[in-house]
Amino acid sequence: MSQPLRWIAVWALGAVAAGLPARAFGDAGPPAGAGPPAARESAGATALVDTIARVQPKVVKIYGAGGYRGMEAYQSGILISPQGHVLTAWSYVLDTEEIGVTLSDGRKLQGKLLGADPRLEIAVLKIEAAGVPWFELSKAPAVEPGTRVLALSNLFGVAVGSEPVSVQHGTIAAKTRLAARRGVFETPYRGTVYVLDAVTNNPGAAGGALVTRRGELVALLGKEVRNTLNNTWLNYAVPIAELRESVEQIRAGKLATLRPDEPAGKVARPHSIEGFGIVLVPDVVERTPPFVDRVVEGSPAAAAGILPDDLVVLVGEHLVPSCKALREELQHIDADEKVKLTVLRAEEMLEFVLQASLSDRKTL
Amino acid sequence: MTRTLAIVVVLCWAAGLAAAAGVPPDVPPEVLKAEAERIAVIEKAKDSVLAVFSAAGGGGGSGVVISADGYALSNFHVAMPTGPAMKCGMADGRLYDAVVVGLDPTGDVALVKLFGRDDFPHAELADSDQVRAGDSVFAMGNPFLLATDFQPTATWGIISGVHRYQFPAGTLLEYTDCLQTDASINPGNSGGPLFDARGRLIGINGRASFEKRGRVSVGVGYAVSINQVRNFLGCLHSGRIVDHATLGATVGLDEERRLVVTDVLDTSDAYRRGLRYGDEILAFGGRTVETPNAFKNVLGIFPKGWRVPLSYRRNGKRFDVLVRLAGVHSEDELLAKLSGRGPREPMPIPKPGEKPGDRPGEKPGGPRKPPDRDDDFPDPKPGPLPIPAATAKPAMPEIVHKHFDEKRGYANYYFNRLHRDRVWKAWNARGDFAGQDRTWLLAGTLARGDKFTLSVAGGQVVLGLPRGDVKWSVPEELGSSLEPIGSGGLFAALSLWRRLAVEGLDKFGEVTYLGTAPWAGHPGLLDVLVGRHGGVECRYYFDVATGLLAGLEMSAHEHADPCELHFTEYRESDGRWTPRRIEVRCGDEPVADFRVDLFTLSKPDPS
Repeated sequence: MSQPLRWIAVWALGAVAAGLPARAFGDAGPPAGAGPPAARESAGATALVDTIARVQPKVVKIYGAGGYRGMEAYQSGILISPQGHVLTAWSYVLDTEEIGVTLSDGRKLQGKLLGADPRLEIAVLKIEAAGVPWFELSKAPAVEPGTRVLALSNLFGVAVGSEPVSVQHGTIAAKTRLAARRGVFETPYRGTVYVLDAVTNNPGAAGGALVTRRGELVALLGKEVRNTLNNTWLNYAVPIAELRESVEQIRAGKLATLRPDEPAGKVARPHSIEGFGIVLVPDVVERTPPFVDRVVEGSPAAAAGILPDDLVVLVGEHLVPSCKALREELQHIDADEKVKLTVLRAEEMLEFVLQASLSDRKTL
Repeated sequence: MTRTLAIVVVLCWAAGLAAAAGVPPDVPPEVLKAEAERIAVIEKAKDSVLAVFSAAGGGGGSGVVISADGYALSNFHVAMPTGPAMKCGMADGRLYDAVVVGLDPTGDVALVKLFGRDDFPHAELADSDQVRAGDSVFAMGNPFLLATDFQPTATWGIISGVHRYQFPAGTLLEYTDCLQTDASINPGNSGGPLFDARGRLIGINGRASFEKRGRVSVGVGYAVSINQVRNFLGCLHSGRIVDHATLGATVGLDEERRLVVTDVLDTSDAYRRGLRYGDEILAFGGRTVETPNAFKNVLGIFPKGWRVPLSYRRNGKRFDVLVRLAGVHSEDELLAKLSGRGPREPMPIPKPGEKPGDRPGEKPGGPRKPPDRDDDFPDPKPGPLPIPAATAKPAMPEIVHKHFDEKRGYANYYFNRLHRDRVWKAWNARGDFAGQDRTWLLAGTLARGDKFTLSVAGGQVVLGLPRGDVKWSVPEELGSSLEPIGSGGLFAALSLWRRLAVEGLDKFGEVTYLGTAPWAGHPGLLDVLVGRHGGVECRYYFDVATGLLAGLEMSAHEHADPCELHFTEYRESDGRWTPRRIEVRCGDEPVADFRVDLFTLSKPDPS
């Protein structure tokens, strides 16, 4: 009896009792001279309330595609520049021309997808806003297990308009690599994550902020991830250090961006998707996701190992969110060049380098 | 295993002492102090927490005692399946008999009364409007019905959001202006308390966002704010099935994101107070409102029939009015919804894919759709309980039987009579007119300086003015003669004032206790009796502290402004307290202002 009691007590005491650095507790920080209102039980609690109120406006509500069961048409994002750059999760929600971004003051703005890194499952949007509160990614500290954190997101779409996003408390339970083996966790991300002891990764939470109790951004909340072997759910966030370079590259237009609207640049003898032996699903809606319907036997795609139901995500480093975008992208690549296709197969990101078949080239 | 875990969790607070002896020496003293304080707070708070069961020992939810004489709060969705008689376990290990007192199906609140003590440990009610996101809180109750010894489980967390709006399930169980917390709220927690870090009651847990992970906490629970409960508490004490309110107008955001009226019923009080399509809503119920959710939040915290302040703007001009809130449901509708779930039927588990509907006339303005199926019903499979095995319908315990009266429209009519009689006795103690068929004679000056006399008798009211007397005979149907014109029926209202005082509860006609409500110009909430006579409804507002009648309003028609009498400046003479000022209002207009110098009774009838 005393053993489990003792264990629980140690757990209740938190990081200090568990022998972790005392700074995990120190990060609440004393309030700078602010007198606590009567309702708050202590000065530290007042500081936390104030911190949350300061950080909440840096988190935005994002609305887009989805809306049927298990596919909520909303998620969260964080402002990362005063000019209105928004870092969020790369997901089906963004798979629409009409991405709505609602700021903490209730303003509803259209978000433009600047680019994404499907391997990290992040995307950067741009809204036309100036002087917005924002997180400075370069200042995001690295933190260790035992650190007490807050998760801010619009989980379950609870908040609308100017209503502040939800906040949850928790502790970083582990800093580890996500074992993203296919069939275990449904995510392509394999890098470092903070595993959390709180149920932070709910519908709509992806793209939210994980911050210290001082309000410093430390990580971006991930998606809902389920271990299919035992039906447990993992709550994790991706450390900002893992994302920083990609975000910079997206903002610079160097990585996984949409090809800018430029009629020039098309080549005389381009590739075509059929040239690889890939038959896409019928292009019936405006933004039909480029799923592989069929692979022609003996074709380069078949030889490379592309399979039906693969979703083509990238051509080279350019995002191809639709069949139309994929076809257009290939118009810019000479048929003699090798082409790297990145496909999503059951939440796993796979890369294939293809060359059009000789017979196909002959016809050109 | 589960039971071991339960005991471990429940006794977590107690483990602090054991742990204190064994913690490493470098634990900062402030951490140990904070821990000790938390242990002490939970230790004290647990005493007021209830494990709620049906009389047969089935069902299962939580509750919290709020007064020494055993009144306790729970959820409607916990109390409804248990039926009027229930059993409540407390941390002292005892099981108490309890009876349902009042129900608020829309707000998902139930008031119950426990028997067996007059010194029940009870929770202190805090001001939940002071709660902020980030505040430490803890929930207590009986999640998963683990507390076989009635020791409640404590789950600690923070406030995730305040003033949250959660769509109704059907048209009931709407959570407006609620508190959102990441403290674990699981099946069985329903009806239990959410405490602030000092152990003061800030809300009643009752709902959580559940989705694909099954019916376990995912860190998103909701509590009815205690300030909302406070507004309804008087009405719940009345033994009624209490309804929520509508304004009779819908609102939405215009292109400039202003909150504007998108529709208004021309039969509503809001319309009569001047509210029109396109008006910008500035404040409602004492709060600034800027979004449809904020508007619905305010609407949700008031009972039907209250008058609340509304401020709106048109063409740059601001209007501040008091508006009467109509009911959401007709009585039949409300009862039909209740009968949908028979009191002794087991609580159904929600069907997958079942979507909560919107309240008609209060359409959501935001882009959000109800995202989840998330009402927290009590666990349908309670564990073994230390209650003797009972048949499906056990006999009502004697103590409950003595405190329960069944009547249509009421959760428990016993308590209606209790309070009706209490209010009447308190008033009567301030001046006994009962059974004395004497004419009331009033004399004084009107605000303009004119002298007046007023004689109010059983069959006639006579107003004497310098230009002559106005005589009014009491008709069969009071609404057929609303004179003087524009007063809404001053003479009828005066005669109903006297009628209640003289005829009393038994002979007046139907008199019921409505609960508590505000009255213009009067601080706090007042006890309200409703009398029906001669085809009209008359509401009598009594000061809770003095027992004196602060005012009455007589409504001849549902969609017309009532005649209001405001009684102030009470004086005592001959052992009777009578008002020295009677202001008469109808709609927005003052009708008359009687300064009463003399209030006497005619000589007793010699016969």
